[in-house]
Amino acid sequence: MTVTQRNGARRISWGKVILVAYSVAVLLYLVGPLLVVLPLSFSSARYLTFPPPGWSLQWYERYLGSPQWTAATVRSLQLGVVVMLLAVVIGTAVAYGLAHLQFPGKRLVRAVVLSPLVVPVIILAVAVYELFLRLRLIGNFWALAIAHTVLALPFVVVLVSAALQTMDVALERAAASLGASEWQTFRYVTLPLIAPSMAAGAVFAFVTSWDELLVALFTSGTARATLPKRLWENVREFIDPTIAAVAVVIVGVSLLLLATLELLQLRAARNGGHNV
Amino acid sequence: MAESQVAASPIGTRQATNYLGRRRALRYWLLLVPGFLLLGTVFLYPIARFLLLSFQSESGISLANYRHLLTVPLYSQVLINTGVIALSTTVLCLVLGYPLAYFIANLSSVWSRRLLFLVLIPFWISILVRSYAWMVLLGRNGIVNNFLSSIGVISEPLPLMFNRTGVLIGMVQILLPYMILPLFAVMRSIDPVYLRAAASLGAPGWRAMLHVYFPLSLPGVAAGSLLVFILSLGFFITPALLGGRRDMMIAMLIEQQVNQALNFGLAAALAGVLLVATIVLLVVFERVLGLERLLGGLGGDAR
Repeated sequence: MTVTQRNGARRISWGKVILVAYSVAVLLYLVGPLLVVLPLSFSSARYLTFPPPGWSLQWYERYLGSPQWTAATVRSLQLGVVVMLLAVVIGTAVAYGLAHLQFPGKRLVRAVVLSPLVVPVIILAVAVYELFLRLRLIGNFWALAIAHTVLALPFVVVLVSAALQTMDVALERAAASLGASEWQTFRYVTLPLIAPSMAAGAVFAFVTSWDELLVALFTSGTARATLPKRLWENVREFIDPTIAAVAVVIVGVSLLLLATLELLQLRAARNGGHNV
Repeated sequence: MAESQVAASPIGTRQATNYLGRRRALRYWLLLVPGFLLLGTVFLYPIARFLLLSFQSESGISLANYRHLLTVPLYSQVLINTGVIALSTTVLCLVLGYPLAYFIANLSSVWSRRLLFLVLIPFWISILVRSYAWMVLLGRNGIVNNFLSSIGVISEPLPLMFNRTGVLIGMVQILLPYMILPLFAVMRSIDPVYLRAAASLGAPGWRAMLHVYFPLSLPGVAAGSLLVFILSLGFFITPALLGGRRDMMIAMLIEQQVNQALNFGLAAALAGVLLVATIVLLVVFERVLGLERLLGGLGGDAR
């Protein structure tokens, strides 16, 4: 009896060891490749040698010294901010409207609003390319911003809808019964409650545009390429570590925003506010 | 919801409430207008118009483009490639993701949150950058080959890139979180009491896993697999950078037909096939598992 028990316990712990090792390996596979690019971008070598023989900032200097790269960076930042604003305003309005309406076909409308999440981006990219070609909008900043907003919108709608759903409806009703106008109710009751979700949606919207390649590849034109498009054009000649520096910049901006969001939410949670 | 608000409003007569309700409803409809305009003009309209191009050919309206897709070996091969790559990606994601999801789901909630965060970080990193990282790792003179030859395991560099191996290594890494999240969500809700019951009835660990735990986790397996399969069908960046000539997928052929061949008709037919496949699979997903689970999977992104 004791022997079999011990055997059993032993087998389980062996299983556990294998499970832990396997899980760690898979986690490394998920995260590891990213850890390679960072040291490469600080390499003193002229080629991609790993581990780098020494450290330098030469590739960042090369990146900052090239008007092509900096112009693309500035354009992508501007684009991200515009997309963020458009997506948050339009998306919040859609989520708020849908939360207060009951009509046949609402499920279908929701599905259409969320469908850019699952429709392959290549389809949107070529379709919008054909449209912009006819309207002579290739290379137009605002046209691209609006196309990116389509991709960013579902994130805002999902997040804000979820916040509206968990919100206590009685609060809105209480405000109304105390004589608040609908606008006042929204401004002083609803908005503060959904603000954390709107902030999260804003970050998602920015990063969606900041990382987006396909739509920009087709519609941003050669002279007004975004940062991902420039990276795409140069990535195949991958002898030059400047690319690694650009990659670090792209990832750095996204992760910085993610960290900001986490901090904001930690603080909100500590202050007893609502979580997203 | 609008109705309950009307019912709570202090105005008594039925007519007045109706009037007020309608005015309110009108305002809510107005809030939807910008979103509808945006999606109508820059999403639904251009896609519908583009798809219609697939029915045009020199001889007027016809199905010639679709016939080409099926009969020209070059094109039909791309369709087959896409299916095979998507299926392989899904299977590999399941094999790698299932144990990891199980591991994370059975940790204390603090650690499970931490590791889940680690799984989610790649979501925030551009696919282009991740594919570039794989190029640096997998190339002929890449880090992996250099390392292996420096420790004497290989004498010739392994062909890890510009072939199917490279495509799968890259795609599986990108899609793995979409497999892990639905699996995790289901596994977290499986009561450990079942496993203990199986053990107390004398089932050895592996039998309890196979006959009790695995069937309970099937909704997660189905959700994750469908999600990964659907998302891999439209992949472009990773196969374009890490694949070879024989690894062309639908999205790459669409790009090539639009940018190089200027054959919009064929590109539109390809887009039609891709879109129909996606929608059919999504409808299956919704019918079998519900939209909420789909959002749960994608919403990993949106938490």
